[in-house]
Amino acid sequence: MYFLYDTMVIFRRQVRLILREPAFLTFALLQPILYLVLFGPLLKNLPLNGGSEPSGTAEAYRFFVPGLLIQLALFGSTFVGFAIISEWRAGVIERFRVTPISRVSILAGRVLRDVVALTLQSVVLILAGVAFGLRAPLAAILLSFPFVICVAIGLASVSYAVALLLKSEDSFAPLINSVVVPLLLLSGVMLPLNLGPGWLQGIARVSPFRYIIDAMRQFYLGQYWNTLVIEGVCVAIGVAIVCMWLGSRVFVRENA
Amino acid sequence: MSIIEARGLARTFKSRKRTVHAVRGVDLTVEDGEIVGFLGPNGAGKTTTLRMLTTLLRPTAGTAVVAGADLLRDPLGVRKRIGFVPQAIGQTQGGTDDQCLVIEELMDQGAAYRIPKAETARRASALIKQLDLGGLDQRLVKTLSGGQRRRLEVAVGLVHQPPLVFLDEPTTGLDPQSRSNMWEHITRLRSDLGTTVVLTTHYLEEADALCDRVFIIDNGVTVAVGTPDELKRRISGDVVTLRVNGAIERARGLLTAQPIVQQVTVADEELRLTVERGEEALPALLRVLDGAGITMRAISVARPTLDDVFLTLTGRSLRDDSPSGDGGDGGDDGSGETELAGAGAGAGSKE
Repeated sequence: MYFLYDTMVIFRRQVRLILREPAFLTFALLQPILYLVLFGPLLKNLPLNGGSEPSGTAEAYRFFVPGLLIQLALFGSTFVGFAIISEWRAGVIERFRVTPISRVSILAGRVLRDVVALTLQSVVLILAGVAFGLRAPLAAILLSFPFVICVAIGLASVSYAVALLLKSEDSFAPLINSVVVPLLLLSGVMLPLNLGPGWLQGIARVSPFRYIIDAMRQFYLGQYWNTLVIEGVCVAIGVAIVCMWLGSRVFVRENA
Repeated sequence: MSIIEARGLARTFKSRKRTVHAVRGVDLTVEDGEIVGFLGPNGAGKTTTLRMLTTLLRPTAGTAVVAGADLLRDPLGVRKRIGFVPQAIGQTQGGTDDQCLVIEELMDQGAAYRIPKAETARRASALIKQLDLGGLDQRLVKTLSGGQRRRLEVAVGLVHQPPLVFLDEPTTGLDPQSRSNMWEHITRLRSDLGTTVVLTTHYLEEADALCDRVFIIDNGVTVAVGTPDELKRRISGDVVTLRVNGAIERARGLLTAQPIVQQVTVADEELRLTVERGEEALPALLRVLDGAGITMRAISVARPTLDDVFLTLTGRSLRDDSPSGDGGDGGDDGSGETELAGAGAGAGSKE
């Protein structure tokens, strides 16, 4: 089995490439940090968990940080496809496709790089959250990483595959935007969906990220076993497996 | 035993309602140690043929054995034994990344073939020397000149010491000096390492100077195969090129009627005649045109070139073809082979 070896070859190459332009990693963090700083304080005075009382700082960040982690994963991972378009244009993808390297590894090595990058970004985001008043069990914080990683694996795989099919930034960018923004709004990242009307709550059921965020929020509230948690875990694993499989199909295509 | 043996290799692209026959059935046999060139205009099917032989594109028909492995049943076996240098024009570039160091590109390539690090390092330094890249190993690829970058791309294709290497348009876009320098390197590949080289080109000089045998490809089929000399010998006689003031069709008719004239073609407002002993035939031809009141602007006599071979076989000149090949100029029939290849890799095909 050369799969792991091959994946590491691609992973090392991609890590090297991103370290040459580290500004990109910082830039991706900018948006969630801004939300944390400029939007988070607004949530303190809202009744986030039903009721009518303002929820206060700790409650607000327990609600908001899981959402921001998924937002970071959502944006960070769906845009990775841009890089592979320029690599394809440089002829690098075809060059590796003619070597004996596993064609799934060409995808997996890249996804692994993105997962590592996103994990580091998430650590920074959580630390910033703590600095602003997030208080949550350590177990909950650690358990948010598997969710973030599942989302990253799924979305990065699909992003690379779609980008490789389209081969054009001009069609990739609008496509990503028109998918990501509605998904994000329907996931209840900013505000609880149960503040909205029934029809909105209804269509929000199609966004898989909504279930993932709900499960993470349960963890942050100290709840580790209930229906919301089980749904979230299943959806997260499902997203990762289905998307990785779809992405791999594109990468091994034309495998004469 | 031939290193490439292909029969009826064909590739059809289906895009929307149109079916494009990029390659209609190519037969080819390449012997160990040969330098072979696919010569043809953009859109002829050269690159598509190369992409099929390098496992990048699955043929829709035909069979091939490449470097001892069956192309359809054992593509991985083919990949292990061949080197490939992508074309560096049109939509895609030659396979190196701007942000990599020269040495990294070579080391990564070795890793992709699972060659131990120390061994790759040894081969990389030999290749750097062999391809005149000395002192550049710690440079970013984007800082290399066009010729240096192309030589690096060739070096990358050779790290695993393949017995057979495919070079797609190895010199397109290079200045004349870098081009003849590249020719030397390719020639040395064979003389020093015994490597078999298959390349595509639309430069006649390149096919003529470099290749033992030339496959002239047009419209998805091989129209002629042979050594450059054999191909030129097919055109007996010299080529007389005439430019007349107007009346080009009348001139054509008159000249065709002359028994000494073997063939007349018109391309680019020029009449090209194939004539035995051109210099001696010239006065007679001039008299004919003069007698009909047709005046001439220019005249030349030349030994046949591969372009004349191409013109005789296909009725078109290779020189009309622009080397840029980035679509746009495709017209109705060709639309550029890079574009076709792209369509195949894109939404069109379902495997």
